[in-house]
Amino acid sequence: MKRSISKGMAAGLGVALAVTMAACGKTEPNNNSSGGSGDVDCSVYSQYGDLKGKSISIYTTFVDAEGATYEESFKGFEQCTGADIKYEGSKSLTTDVLGRIEAGAVADIVAFPQPGLLQQAVATGKVLEAPAAVAKNVDTYWTTSWRDYGSVDGKLYASPLGASVKSLVWYSPQAFKDAGYAVPETWDDLLVLTDQITKDGDVKPWCVGIADGDATGWVATDWVEDMVLRSAGPAAYAQWVNHESPFNDPKIVESLEEMSKIVRNDAYVNAGIGNIQSIAATPWTDGGTPLLDGQCFLHRQASFYGGNYAQESATVAEDGDVWAFYLPSADPSIKPILGAGDFVAAFADRPEVVAFQTFLSSPDWANAKAKVTEGGWTTANNGLDKANLRSAVDQLAFELLSDPSAEFRFDGSDLMPAQVGSDAFWKQMTAYFAENKSEQAVADAIEAAWPKS
Amino acid sequence: MTVATVPAPPAGTGKNPAPRSGRAARARRNLTSPWASVVALGIGLIWSVPTLGLFVTSFRARKDISQTGWWDALKPQNWGQFSLNNYQTVLSGGGTSDLSDYFINSVVMTLPAVVIPIFLALLAAYAFAWIPFRGSNILFVGLFALQVVPIQVAMVPLLRSYVDMGLNASFWVLWLSHAMFGLPLATFLLHNFMKDIPRSLVEAARVDGAGHVTIFFKVIAPLMVPAVASFAIFQFLWVWNDLLVALAFGGNTPDLAPITARLADMAGSLGDRWHVLSAGAFVAMIVPVAVFLALQRYFVRGLLAGSVKG
Repeated sequence: MKRSISKGMAAGLGVALAVTMAACGKTEPNNNSSGGSGDVDCSVYSQYGDLKGKSISIYTTFVDAEGATYEESFKGFEQCTGADIKYEGSKSLTTDVLGRIEAGAVADIVAFPQPGLLQQAVATGKVLEAPAAVAKNVDTYWTTSWRDYGSVDGKLYASPLGASVKSLVWYSPQAFKDAGYAVPETWDDLLVLTDQITKDGDVKPWCVGIADGDATGWVATDWVEDMVLRSAGPAAYAQWVNHESPFNDPKIVESLEEMSKIVRNDAYVNAGIGNIQSIAATPWTDGGTPLLDGQCFLHRQASFYGGNYAQESATVAEDGDVWAFYLPSADPSIKPILGAGDFVAAFADRPEVVAFQTFLSSPDWANAKAKVTEGGWTTANNGLDKANLRSAVDQLAFELLSDPSAEFRFDGSDLMPAQVGSDAFWKQMTAYFAENKSEQAVADAIEAAWPKS
Repeated sequence: MTVATVPAPPAGTGKNPAPRSGRAARARRNLTSPWASVVALGIGLIWSVPTLGLFVTSFRARKDISQTGWWDALKPQNWGQFSLNNYQTVLSGGGTSDLSDYFINSVVMTLPAVVIPIFLALLAAYAFAWIPFRGSNILFVGLFALQVVPIQVAMVPLLRSYVDMGLNASFWVLWLSHAMFGLPLATFLLHNFMKDIPRSLVEAARVDGAGHVTIFFKVIAPLMVPAVASFAIFQFLWVWNDLLVALAFGGNTPDLAPITARLADMAGSLGDRWHVLSAGAFVAMIVPVAVFLALQRYFVRGLLAGSVKG
């Protein structure tokens, strides 16, 4: 350190070392496969042809263990066709992807987590229309509403990938059994049950948590959407999401008031955590935890929350520690389901990309993915064999998604403009809990934030 | 951090020449008084509490973290809560790659990203300070004004240029980007330090027949070590802790992504493994802390040298 010569040499060495390592990193093939799958049946992959030496890049929002299951699900395709799938997962996809499209540095295939983002991407003119084989798969295996979410102006651009169901209420089957409660069939039953729980014991029934860093509030928007679907109905929901009726429409305000009966009732919330205000400060990942030690009875959260319970080493099953029931509607003959999903669109039409895109829209992929995923994933692809889903709640979600009497509706905040769907709506719902803001004031403020055009 | 460390050197280094003016003496007296030390120590302690909390949390199980505060674990009857499970999870990696891959990526990304801007900035600073040419002042102000351009604005155009040049998805984009974003500050800092070197020193060398190259290497460079070290720490910490540039330009692949990207992903797509984050943070912190401790005497000297001289 004393002499500049040695320092210079050290720096030089550092650069040399760095350059060699970079070179190594680039040339080394990326095949540290976890758990080889030598017994792949290649016959299902023969239709995709020989893609030896070809590489396809895919960009998704799934990282870590979840991302690994995606890579794992591509293994069979890679082995049998000889193609190399370059997987990239990043949680910042929603903010990065438009810039990358603009710069021409986007992957061959991108899995968009929101139809709204897909529309923005299509508006750049760089997204290619879905090839015929993909369109055929989408028509065969998905309902028309799913096809619509992947389409812009009637043209199909993206095939659905995974899905999640949000209209679920988590509960403890054991606690229900001990207290003699039955799973409610209608919204009124649910209110009666809620009241019953408070009368029977010195506990509050519902636990809720909506905090999630800079995305705080999304859990509450799911609540609102579920309530609008139940109180105002699926038709009014569609108008509301597309802004054909204003956000502060009386029907929406009524739905909010219906929701307040539970989540803004001091006798009902926030079980095992605190008062109503605590809802805004409780991380959504902790919201359902009080259920495990009997401090809370009901927790409305999506199917993927099962992963959280699994992390707490609880068994998620009908006869296990926690289980979920469908959030009932006022009229049991209407069965609206709130959910979300991702959509894959392509930016290249090389034959190998088309083949891979076709594979992703096929039941072959859905089944391969189900087999390697421990839990927290499902799809609306009705070619999936339910038995391949390894977690019970994923099977439940899949049943709901493929129930012909159910009306699937996409998460509204994902369809609204970003200024509302991932800003005003979140913030106002946080104020709804934190500042006890009135339903009308919340709806008015969100309506005011809707972009004028 | 600086608040706590700045008062220390005058007390610690006895080599400082005796202060001449009354003001300096007063400042020295004030800074070395026991009260000032107590206050500095107090601030330092308060400053460290969150880090201590994070450290304790990193050893606790998920259930304990969500139910009680970290101070609860300090009670002797709760010492059983401490476990290395989180660290085990972090080090074993969760996805398809080891943590070490990302660690190496970080090193490979950081070293050139520190060396390149320092090398260029030293040359530029020398030119601005010791080679008179027309418009040098305007050029210098213009260069420093670039400091105000937010990175976010430059991203898409820069990425497009990289794609055009065929550099996309290689370490070059990271090295070049960090070098570009670091250059204005580097040039400014090194220039201010360099122009304070006594003119007589440079002129004496020139009289002895030294050209610019000799002066730069034989006279200026050895005197610049503290300034270079302090900027190197700045740049090192910035690049090592960077996530934005790495994700936007490099992408989140095991070939390129640094350890910060891995850290951001560690909690899982839906955040259901948030409890390993504190442990991950400490693992990622080891290198920057080591670098800071190793170079901190330069850091303090370099910062002071630029500002309170003369």
